[in-house]
Amino acid sequence: MTTPEAASGGRFPLKGATPADRQSRIRGVRLGALVLNGLGAFALLAAMGFFAPKWLTYLITMSAANALVSLGIVCLMRGGVVPFGQGMVFAIGGYAAALLYNKLGFTDAVGLVLAGGVAATLVALPFAPLLARYRGIFFAMLTLALSMVTYGLGMKLEVLGGSDGFNVGRATLFGWRPPDAHVGYVLYLLTVAVATAMAMLARVYFDSTRGLVTLATRDNELRVEYLGGSVRQAMTINFLIAASCGGVGGALVVLSLGHIEPQFSYWTTSGEFVFVAILAGWQSVAAVFVASTVLEVVRSFSSRYFPDTWQLALGLFLLFVIRFLPRGLGSLWIRKGGK
Amino acid sequence: MPALLEARDVGKRFGAVVAAADINVQMQAGERVSLIGSNGAGKTTFVNMITGYMKPDAGHIHFDGRDITPLHPRAIVQLGVARSFQISQLFGDLSVLDNMLVAAACHDRRLSLWQAARRDAAVTHAEGLLQRFGLSEHRDRRVVELPGGVRKLLDIAMALTVRPKLLLLDEPTSGVSAEEKFPMMDTIMAALGSERDTTVLFVEHDMDIVGRYADRVIAFASGRIIADDVPDRALATDDVRRYVTGELLQE
Repeated sequence: MTTPEAASGGRFPLKGATPADRQSRIRGVRLGALVLNGLGAFALLAAMGFFAPKWLTYLITMSAANALVSLGIVCLMRGGVVPFGQGMVFAIGGYAAALLYNKLGFTDAVGLVLAGGVAATLVALPFAPLLARYRGIFFAMLTLALSMVTYGLGMKLEVLGGSDGFNVGRATLFGWRPPDAHVGYVLYLLTVAVATAMAMLARVYFDSTRGLVTLATRDNELRVEYLGGSVRQAMTINFLIAASCGGVGGALVVLSLGHIEPQFSYWTTSGEFVFVAILAGWQSVAAVFVASTVLEVVRSFSSRYFPDTWQLALGLFLLFVIRFLPRGLGSLWIRKGGK
Repeated sequence: MPALLEARDVGKRFGAVVAAADINVQMQAGERVSLIGSNGAGKTTFVNMITGYMKPDAGHIHFDGRDITPLHPRAIVQLGVARSFQISQLFGDLSVLDNMLVAAACHDRRLSLWQAARRDAAVTHAEGLLQRFGLSEHRDRRVVELPGGVRKLLDIAMALTVRPKLLLLDEPTSGVSAEEKFPMMDTIMAALGSERDTTVLFVEHDMDIVGRYADRVIAFASGRIIADDVPDRALATDDVRRYVTGELLQE
């Protein structure tokens, strides 16, 4: 990993500085390095997408959008809980964007993505304080129950299209309607931009005081309370952050897929998001996107070459990761005991 | 001068077991008080009631002029009561510095989603405390890799991070070898400073430690206070010699 000194191009020599100066410079360099890394990643992916075949840009679009849902799960995992029902917020984000498009005629992609995030957060709001009281399997099963209720509503309600769902047309971007030839690339750029921005925000959050207290909660809730911290508050906020991530991911998927259906909230969909989160581990934000891409690649190639047994390949892959990388892919580049 | 801590007629039972009965204690700011008693005498129950972990069945506990009996532990910490634990309660997967930063962050009621945990002021304050406790060399080590004595010191250093008015130490030297006990208490007392800004109540079984570091001793037996005096006098009473140190039983 790039050291702060190296990242600054040697312009901020740290040797000889007072501890306060040193810390201040390290922090400034870290933030600068984060922004530079984010912009660099976006520029690289944008350039790559321009030349890449359509199937690859679509694969990356879907994996980046899905990764946002798993990023939300990682937020919760850092506090010691794993939701089995993140499909709920994924579906709500998707349905919100799709309904706004079809029923109200609002077609702006950025607005639809934001609406997806806001809708999922608002739906999660009344449940967050309740779920913050539960841990382990109880938390997991309660979230699963909520997602299956959402699935049931999606199946039964006519306004949501029933079991077949409904199609969503092509979104515009600030009033501009992308031509057929470029619509895939435009949605790819939008997804990568949103994913990069949210990844950077997630990194800032993980390194914040609240992010550190969340990690501590995972280790020892009792001590957090005896230091004056609120475990429930931390869990509530994490659940809302995870919901907003899931909603944004759902809206992005709907825009690229052009379709929404109750399957978005089904337990197997939630399971895939958990799979990615476990594969990534809770230490690295970038690992979530790598893991999501790995899943999409394994899924695409496995379903093409051995369509009946691709889940077997996926299961074996997960077993391999749990056995040899119990802290996930992120532990390959995050030092032991680090953030 | 009003008492910093006052327990009035505090009682607590666990079924037939009396853990506290008619406990009346006053502590002035700056005092260093030791709680002694045999196992099950009610010392830790008393500490747990002060910190809000347990609620008394009877009586009230006042801190700094306020009734803290009904308050949640977190609210009591925010008022200025901090504690360490008999079995160190740390964040094993985090580094020593991060443990200190968690303590500082928890004390800040307005936890931020974007303010860096490793900001200058917090790191400087944490490093200063680590230095006072002789823990600087362990700054970047994970807690699970630390020996027991170092964990004890870190546990207390974390409690001090919140700048408490009252510090409760539950058996700070338990599990530490005999030759390490005095150096450890010297380190703790030196870290607390000579200004006596922090009032200390510590549970202890080693009477040599009690005699050297406490201004006053409160002895418990079967949930009742059997002595409350300066160490020399308290430790010399028949009840303490019979129920706490066991000297009279041996005779």
